[in-house]
Amino acid sequence: MAMQAGEIESLIKAALPDAVVVVEDLAGDGDHYAATVTSERFRGLSRVKQHQLVFQALGGRMGGALHALALQTNVPDQENA
Amino acid sequence: MSENDVEARIKREITENPVMLYMKGTAMFPQCGFSARVVQILNHVGVPFATANVLEDPDLRDGIKQFSNWPTIPQLYVRGEFIGGCDIVTEMFQSGELEPLLKQATPAG
Repeated sequence: MAMQAGEIESLIKAALPDAVVVVEDLAGDGDHYAATVTSERFRGLSRVKQHQLVFQALGGRMGGALHALALQTNVPDQENA
Repeated sequence: MSENDVEARIKREITENPVMLYMKGTAMFPQCGFSARVVQILNHVGVPFATANVLEDPDLRDGIKQFSNWPTIPQLYVRGEFIGGCDIVTEMFQSGELEPLLKQATPAG
């Protein structure tokens, strides 16, 4: 069961309301996406913790329905640097 | 292998091996693009590393995900600490953070 780009975005935003989420469909098969997530919640967290927040938002679909999500996480001011 | 056995095995492996990669396939024959990329990066940096092929052991494949609370493979450990999967290892390599981390973890020569 593949996922839609919009579904990924809304799931992440539901858990991280301030997040700016950009999702790119890499293969058109609903299984391989790249996402960039920028949120204040990431500030001070290790990359692993930042990514784990996103995985939690995706409710266990990561590695299941969603086979591959190339993830990039940022804190807001880092994005403008 | 019981859950405790898997956890004990993982703890032993990440302690005994300064750079330990849980991957799909082997360093010589990676069986997944993400695993292959991490192997490529480790080879490029040129440090010795150990690997475990999760495709050979379903208990390990699930156990490592629970151990690190990380849902995907590959998973890189340096000096017993979970560093990340393909994305984070690539990002750290590109930012220049990975090489010193790996070199400090592996005795020279």
